[in-house]
Amino acid sequence: MNESTRSEAPYSFGKRNSSSALYDRIFTGLVWGIGILVILFIVGLLFMLLKNGLPKLTWDFLYSIPSEIEEGGGIGPALFNSFYLLAISLIISIPIGLAAGIYLAEFAPNNKLIDFVRICVEGLSSVPSIIFGLFGIALFVEMFQIGLTILGGAISLAFLNLPMLTRITEESIRAVPVEMKNASFALGSTHLQTIRKVLVPVALNGLVTGICLTAGRAFGESAVIILTAGVTTSGVMWDFNLFSPGETLAVHLWYVQSEAIVPDAQEIAQKATSVLIFIVLLINIVFRVPLWLNSRKTKS
Amino acid sequence: MKALIEIDKLNLFYGTFQALKNVSMEIPQRAITAFIGPSGCGKSTLLRTLNRMNDMIPGTRIEGKIAVGGTDIYSGEVHVETLRKKVGMVFQQPNPFPKSIYDNVAYGPRLHGVRGKKQLDEIVESSLRAAALWDEVKDHLKRSALSISGGQQQRLCIARALAVEPDVLLMDEATSALDPISTLKIEELAQELKDKYTIVMVTHNMHQAARVSHQTVFFLNGEVVEYSETEKLFSDPSDQRTEDYISGRFG
Repeated sequence: MNESTRSEAPYSFGKRNSSSALYDRIFTGLVWGIGILVILFIVGLLFMLLKNGLPKLTWDFLYSIPSEIEEGGGIGPALFNSFYLLAISLIISIPIGLAAGIYLAEFAPNNKLIDFVRICVEGLSSVPSIIFGLFGIALFVEMFQIGLTILGGAISLAFLNLPMLTRITEESIRAVPVEMKNASFALGSTHLQTIRKVLVPVALNGLVTGICLTAGRAFGESAVIILTAGVTTSGVMWDFNLFSPGETLAVHLWYVQSEAIVPDAQEIAQKATSVLIFIVLLINIVFRVPLWLNSRKTKS
Repeated sequence: MKALIEIDKLNLFYGTFQALKNVSMEIPQRAITAFIGPSGCGKSTLLRTLNRMNDMIPGTRIEGKIAVGGTDIYSGEVHVETLRKKVGMVFQQPNPFPKSIYDNVAYGPRLHGVRGKKQLDEIVESSLRAAALWDEVKDHLKRSALSISGGQQQRLCIARALAVEPDVLLMDEATSALDPISTLKIEELAQELKDKYTIVMVTHNMHQAARVSHQTVFFLNGEVVEYSETEKLFSDPSDQRTEDYISGRFG
C-alpha cells in the first residue's frame, strides 16, 4: 500500500447511529426493567405474606392442637398431615410417573394410540384440581365407602400429579442427546443399563424439577384434599392411621380464614401462611441438594 | 492378510428405500479399511451394520450375511451386547458422558461386570495409554470429561471403546469435527492401534483414506463400486466412477 491511499481519512469505528442500535437499547432497557419489576413484585409479595406471620411464630404453634373456640390454637395435626399426605402421594406418584415417562420416551411405539395417550396426559396435566377431587369422591367415598381419609387424599393427590410428572419425565429423558445414548449402546450396554447409567443421570435436573413442582403443588393443594381427605383432623398429633380424616395445612388455612369462629383466626391464618411458604421454599431447596452434589461431581 | 469380517450379498432397506445394494467384501484382520464416497452413499450405514447399531432405527431390514470371526452376527443366537463389546465404535462428534474422565473409561468395563477398584484403575490407565491420552490427563482423572478439548475428548472416546477389549474398532468420520492437529493425532493413533485391532473407518476425506488405510472401499448410491488395496485404488482405479471421484470431478 502506498502513501497516497493511506492518507485518506482514518476508519471510524464509532457507535452505529441507525434505528436498529436505538431499538437494541430500548429493548435491553425494557427487558431489564421488566425483570427488575418482576423480582421486586415477588420479593414484595413474600415480604407482605411473611411480615405478619413470621415474627409471631412460635415452636408451640407448630405442634399444638388447633382450638375451635378459644385463642391460641396451633396447627400441629394439619402440618403433620401435610407432610404425611405429601410423602404417601410421592411414594405413589414418583415411581409410576417416572416409569410412565420413561416408557413414553424410550419404549412406546410410534403410533396413533401412543400419540393419543400423549395428548391425554397433556390434557390431564392442565385439568383443574377440583376435578381430581370429584374423582376421588367418586372412587373412595362412593365406591369404596371409606369416607374422607388420608389414604383417599394421598391417592387422589398422586393422580393429580401423575400427568405432570409423566410429561416432565418424558421430556427430560428425550432431551438427553442421542449421541450419549449411542455411546452407551455401542459399548454393549443393555437398554436398562443405558437408562440407569446415562439417561436418568443426565436428565436428573429435569426429573428433580418435575418432582419439586409436584411436591410443591401437592403440599399447597387444597381442592383435592377438601373433597377427599376432609376439613378436619383426628385431633391428635402423630396420627399415622391412613383412614383418619386428613386436613392439611393449606386446607386449614382456608378453613380458619373462611369458617372458623376462633377470635385469633386472622393471626392463625397469617402464621400458617408463613409456615406454608417457608416449607414450599424448603422443599425446593432440599430437592436441589442432590443436583448440586451431582454437578459438583461432573463439572469443575 | 486374513479376513476377520466377511460381508456377503448384503441388502439393507430403510422402509422402502434401499440403502445398500448387494454389498460383498472382506475386511482384513489387524489392518485399516477405509470407506469413502459422497454423502448418502451408504458407507456409514454399512459401518453401523457391523455392530448392529442400525437395529435401533425402526423399519430397518437386512438381507444377506455378515460374519465377524466366522459367526453370522444377524443370527438368532448372537447377543447384540456381546457383539458390541467385541466391535467397538467411535462416532463423528466426540460424545463423552458428562462424568469424570475416569468414569468415562470405566463405564464399559463396569457394564460388563468389572468391579474391583484396582482392576478398573489398571484398565483405565492402559486404555488411556493406548489412546495416547494418559500423559495429558493422568493428573486430573476426576475432572469432568467435558472440560478437555474436542481432540482430547475424541481420544477419550477411543480409550472408552478400547476399555472393553474389542477386536474391531469402527470409526464413523471420527475426525471430521476436529482441527487438523487433532486429526493428525487420531490418524497416528489409528496407525498404532492397527497392530492390535481391526479398524474400519468411514471418512469424507480421501487424503485421510490414502494416508492411513491398507484397503479402501469406494461407495456410490448404496453400491460398492470398487474395493482394493489403497495404493492401487488411488493410483490405478479400475472403474471410471472411482477415478472421477478421487480426482475431484464430483462428490
